[in-house]
Amino acid sequence: MQDTVSREVVVGLKQGLHARPADQLAREARRWQSRVELVSKSQRVDGKSILEVLTLAAEEGTHLVVETTGPDAREALAAIVRLFDGNFHENDETVADASGRSSTR
Amino acid sequence: MKFSDFVAVDAIRSHVDSSTKAGVIREMATALVEAGRIPAADLESIVKAIMKREELGTTGIGRGVAVPHTKHPSVDRLVGTVAVSQEGINFDSLDGDPVHLFFLLVSPPDQPGQHLRALENISRQLRDDAFCRELKAAKAPADIQHLLEAADNHGMVS
Repeated sequence: MQDTVSREVVVGLKQGLHARPADQLAREARRWQSRVELVSKSQRVDGKSILEVLTLAAEEGTHLVVETTGPDAREALAAIVRLFDGNFHENDETVADASGRSSTR
Repeated sequence: MKFSDFVAVDAIRSHVDSSTKAGVIREMATALVEAGRIPAADLESIVKAIMKREELGTTGIGRGVAVPHTKHPSVDRLVGTVAVSQEGINFDSLDGDPVHLFFLLVSPPDQPGQHLRALENISRQLRDDAFCRELKAAKAPADIQHLLEAADNHGMVS
């Protein structure tokens, strides 16, 4: 069974889809058998590759389509969408500021 | 964004002396100080911030490449440099492989777009195996500079 399912997501991260969330995304994508792809206005990339995900340079507010194809496509899609919905567990304020200045919330 | 938009040519290193993650990060940041791209007074703070970022998760993104980085108020535009280790350095990479190619980035805190576009450029170019191979084989900083220029002139990258 080679289902393909997709959903649009919006990048909610203030810093955009930078290295760490890209890593989280690729790790999550690799947990599934299905092919996971991210589609932007100009390109389609392999969600299992951090290098590919970084080439999207997706800033805050960017609309992307997550498309999964394979035996566990639905579960994979749900897991990836969950990362976007939960803002990759990032507390933007703390993470944005790794420069050593204290930041609290 | 192109390499020439953010790579400080004078800070490129073709043979890092260090054999550790912390060492290579310090060496690259020091090279940026020597090239006059970051203030000497901020060196410690920048190195510390980059190491702190590594603790959150390695920037060794695989394929023998690492992109140690931080945001820091001491710069008003994105600045970076490139270093090569022929021996390879253990960077706790995602794929476990030693890292040979380092792209260190320091960006202003309020401009995430610049940082993203630098990462985009780096990751796009590094998909090219020949580019990675030639960078690793570089004998002198000028070789690296020429490879970056050639990649910039390849077109595609805006």
